[in-house]
Order: sequence, then C-alpha cells, then structure tokens
Amino acid sequence: MSSTHNSSGPNWKNPIVKWVDHRLPIFSFAQHSLIDYPTPRNLSYWWNYGSLLGIVLVIMIATGVFLSFNYTAHVDLAFDSVERIMRDVNYGWLIRYIHMNGASMFFLLVYIHIFRGLYYGSYKAPREILWIIGVLILLTMMATAFVGYVLPWGQMSFWGATVITNLFSVIPFVGPDIVTWLWGGFSVDNPTLNRFFSLHYLLPFVIFGLVFLHLWALHTHKSNNPLGIEAKGDKDEIPFHPYYTIKDLFGLGVFMIFFMGVVFFAPNLFGEPENYLRANPLVTPPAIVPEWYFLPYYAILRAVPDNFVDAWGLLPVIIDAKTSGVIAMFASILLLCLLPWLDRSKVRSARFRPIYKQLYWIFFADCLLLGYVGAQPAEGTMLLIGRIATFWYFFHLLILIPFVPLIEKTKELPASISEAVLGNDEKVGEAAE
Amino acid sequence: MKTLISVFVTAFLFILLVSPINQSLAAGGATPPPKLSWSFKGPFGSFDRKQLKRGWQVYKEVCAGCHSLNQIYYRNLVDIGFSASQVKVIASEDEVPAGPNDEGETHDEGGEVLVRPGKPFDKLKKPYPNENAARVANNGALPPDLSLTTKAHSTGVDYIAAVLTGYVDAPAGFNLGDGMYYNTYYSGNQIAMPSPLAEDAVEFADGTKATVKQMALDVSTFLAWAAEPEMEERKRLGIKVMIFLIVLTALLFALKRKIWADIH
Repeated sequence: MSSTHNSSGPNWKNPIVKWVDHRLPIFSFAQHSLIDYPTPRNLSYWWNYGSLLGIVLVIMIATGVFLSFNYTAHVDLAFDSVERIMRDVNYGWLIRYIHMNGASMFFLLVYIHIFRGLYYGSYKAPREILWIIGVLILLTMMATAFVGYVLPWGQMSFWGATVITNLFSVIPFVGPDIVTWLWGGFSVDNPTLNRFFSLHYLLPFVIFGLVFLHLWALHTHKSNNPLGIEAKGDKDEIPFHPYYTIKDLFGLGVFMIFFMGVVFFAPNLFGEPENYLRANPLVTPPAIVPEWYFLPYYAILRAVPDNFVDAWGLLPVIIDAKTSGVIAMFASILLLCLLPWLDRSKVRSARFRPIYKQLYWIFFADCLLLGYVGAQPAEGTMLLIGRIATFWYFFHLLILIPFVPLIEKTKELPASISEAVLGNDEKVGEAAE
Repeated sequence: MKTLISVFVTAFLFILLVSPINQSLAAGGATPPPKLSWSFKGPFGSFDRKQLKRGWQVYKEVCAGCHSLNQIYYRNLVDIGFSASQVKVIASEDEVPAGPNDEGETHDEGGEVLVRPGKPFDKLKKPYPNENAARVANNGALPPDLSLTTKAHSTGVDYIAAVLTGYVDAPAGFNLGDGMYYNTYYSGNQIAMPSPLAEDAVEFADGTKATVKQMALDVSTFLAWAAEPEMEERKRLGIKVMIFLIVLTALLFALKRKIWADIH
C-alpha cells in the first residue's frame, strides 16, 4: 500500500476513472485518505465517535433541508407550520423527530468525543490546532442548536431566546445596542425569528467547513490512540479500510439502534413539554430551562454570585451584576482552547498518569453534576452545590491540570504500539478488541 | 466487548440522568397525577377506536363549548374510525365562517357573520371568534386550545385525566379566588374551569355508562390522539426499523470479527 502514497496516485485501470483522476485526483484522494490511510492498530471503540459525528451532521443537514421546505419563519405561522409538518406532511413527523433528537444525539456524541480526547490527551502536540478547531466546532454547534430551538416558536423557544440574547447586554458600553441589533427590534419578535432561521441554515455549513479543517489537521498527524504514543511504521498501523470502515459501520449500527429507538418510541424524551405551547410574550413559563446539552453552562452562568466582582472591588465600572456569570460561562468553553498549553505533561494517555486519571473522573462527575444543577431552580442547597461544582471546573482546568504534572510520577510507556498490543499484555491489548 | 458494555451502561445512566430533569419541572404546588394504564402506552400500544369515538363525543358535547382544537380538521376524524361519509355529515352539522361572498360581504344585514355548513377540509369549529370573546365569556380566563395538551405537560395524558376528576371542595382556610374552583391536580390548586363532567353528561352511542371517570378517560384518550395522531404509525414503523437495525448490526458485528481476525 505504501506505493500509493506518492503524488502520482495508484494506476487506475478504468479509463474514465483514469481520465478524471488525471485532471482532478479525487479517486487518488479517496484512496489515500479513506482506504490506505494508515491508522493506529489499537484504536478502541471510543474512536468511533468522530465518524458518527460526521454522519449525524449529514443527517441533520439532510433532514433540515426537508423541514425547511415546509417551515414558515413568521411569529404567527411558525408554530402551526411545525404542527403541519407533524400531521400533514408525508413522514414529516419522522423527519422532524430525527432532526429534533438528532440535535441531542449530536451533543451526546460530541461530549463523549471531547471526553475521549481529554482522557487520552489527544489535544497535545502536535494536535493543538486539531483540538482548537474541535472547540470551535462545539461553539458553532451550540449557536446552531440555540437558534434552531427558537424556530418552532414554542414557549421555551421564545423565553430561551429572550434570556440568552439578553446575555449580550453585559458587553461593556455597547451591550444594549448589540442586543437590539441581534433582535432587529426592541424585543424577541418576527425579525429575530427570521434571522435565526437564516442563521440556522447558514451555520451548519460553517460547521461543515470547520469539520473539513478538523479532518485535514487530523490526517496531517493521524489519530492519537489509547496508549498516547506515536505510531511508528507499518507494524503499528493498519489501513483504514477495511479495518476501521467495518468497525465504524458496526458502531454506526449500534448507535442507530439507540437513536432510532428514541425517535420512534420516546421522541420527546429530551424535549421540554412547555415548548408544545405556542410562544406567548405575556406569559412567562414557571421555569425557563435550556435543552439538556446546555445545562452545565447554564449552571455555571447562574452559579457566580451577582456581587462576585464587586466584592473583590475589581472593575466595578465595567462589570456589573450578571457580567461575571456570563464571562464564567463563555470562559468555561474557551478555556478548553488553552488546554494544550495548560497541560504540561509529556505523557498523553491517562493510562500512564495515575493522578490525572483520578482527577479526570472527578472532572467528568463534576460536569454531570453541573448538568443536574442546571436543571434545578438556582436556590438554597442547589445553588451552593452549583457554586462548588463551578469552582471545581475552573480549579481543575487552571490549577490541577498545570500543576499535577509537577508531582505526578507517570508509568513507563511501552516502546511501541505493536509491542504493547501483540506482546500479550492483557490490559493494553483489550483496547483493540 | 467490555468497552461496548460500558457504552451501553453510559447511555443508560445518561437517560436516567435526563428523565428526572423533565419531571422536576412539573407544576409546583399540585399533587402529581396518578399513573394510569392506557391502551396506547408502550412500544406496541394502540388506541381503542371505540374509546376514541366516545372521547370525541365528550369533546364535542362538553369541551368544545369553550375549548378549541385548532390542529384538527374534520377529515382527521377518519383516523378515529368514522367513515368518509360520516365525516361529511359531522362536518356539515357545524357552521363555519363563510368568508366574503361574491359581493365582498362578510356579515349579513343583521350584522351576523356569514356562515356555511362545514366541510371535511375545514378545521374544527372554534367556540369563540377571538381571544377577547373567549375571555369575556369565561370570567376573564382563556380556555386553552387542546390540540397539544398531552404533549405540553410532563405527565401527559395522566395529567388531563387527573384534572378532569380532581375537583373537590377546597380545604378549610384555603383562599379560593372569586370564580375559581379547587382542583387537587391543577397547578396552585386553583382553576378557572368549573368541573366540566357530570354523571351522564353525554349519552354514549355504544351504550357505555357515562360516569365521570369513564368520560374523563375517554376524552383524555381522544386528546392524546389529537396531540399525536401519528403515534400508531410511528410505533408500527419503529418495530420494523428496530428489527432491521438489529439484524444489520449483528451482521456487521460478525463481519467485523471476521475482518479483524488476522489482526489480533
């Protein structure tokens, strides 16, 4: 297979393929990047989520296009147009339920994908840019999901949009003007819905572009692996096809059983019932709660005390009451971009980092806890727990991650992937099973 | 295989985590509705056509006086077991606004809205022409549209049945507002709707005794259908999709084992 790695590409037999490939080498590209592509032989099932995410992105765009054929972005018509899709459009209910639950699946998969990267140190050199593009994809996904949730124009659509757009009012000096500009008026109204629909159609293609860059960076230095050591040569690597194509396909099957199980038998499991009430600017819902995938950030937003900054006497002019919560929320994601430099350990995989491994699971539990707190009213014990969990989130990223490598004694790394896998070491060999 | 199991366990824990989130938002101050058994629950559940027809009768004769059902057309009633010709008759019994006539008039000389008999393609007749008319007729309260009630409450159809049968005298010391009624299951226990169902309020065509409980169950079932008319088709198709995916995935797993055999 190594002969196909040169720039002239394989010697195509089919004359049409040969003719096209000479002018536009897409066949050589596919051969190079999808078939021969050398992949570490020891990737576990935690490496399935990248391809699953790609497939879900395509599913979301495909179902979204069909939904847009029948959706009307107008405050008086949006809610009914969605119900018409559910009732009168052929298989409209199926397309909408796939799209609606696809968003939940997208975030479920992306969070697993991110935590995989955290565990195995996939963000470390030379994959920093790959990681940062990943964080940008997450941010774009969040924006897309947020504007998309507004489109059905239910109660939670409207009130969620009101709460979240208002966050921008904390920007110094120009905040309120920016909010008016976002709304296209003086409240969330028809112009807001129109532009959100436009953005909801635009942003997935931004994600698509970022995914392309993500893959480009990935293919430059290839996949990390459960051992976190670089693959060296043919013994450590196997061609992507057929080994990982079939493994990804099997993973896709398992995922689709779960996904379709939700779509057909519990389609509103992840949804907020309140959103089946038409948006009413005059009636505030009993509790305004975002979709589950935003709950940890929502908990962070509400955890920071209103007077947090004032109490410390910092920048009291620029930063007012809710500002610090908003900053904390955005920082919780943007900080991830700095992770490759915050983490000074040369060892990637948590398998060989006994202290980090413990901290990783505490951090994982902390994120789940933040998600739980985000769904509860921000008062009493819950608020306190939310504050402790928020503190731990930043303590982990800003203090523990940089300083643990100074005291951590890492385990000895295997000499190579092939030695670890084929050397009959139970614990390591399990990964390739 | 061990990692696979852990993926399933994670997915399961995840669902456990998510499900109480919706529950926790159930209306405050009210007793949670008792969980009843419904023929349409579960992956194989389906609606009882006789019950749907009884439920429609209760809606039509009792609820429709105040509550609209905006997402439903007369033609949809074919789904609950009426024939196309029966639907035509049902539709024609209602008078719907006729819109401007050839002279461009929307009202007759007496100032009344021009009407015509309903057709299957019409939406069900609304009880009030607009929100203000609805409020003035109901002591300032707005009877909500019922098209999606079972989907709009975290406890779904159980909630509807519970509210309909949840009227009791207010406990001593309870400060009941003017024109309000005490209901065990309604948020805040105060509801503007008087108890809508009374013994034998309707006479069921199929001879079923019209107890309050029976009518509540029947109309709740009807409203569950109105909210999710696609439910039966969804579950039927879902079973086929599941069987297909499980077989496909099993084959893919076998293939994966075979292809990877020489790697281990």
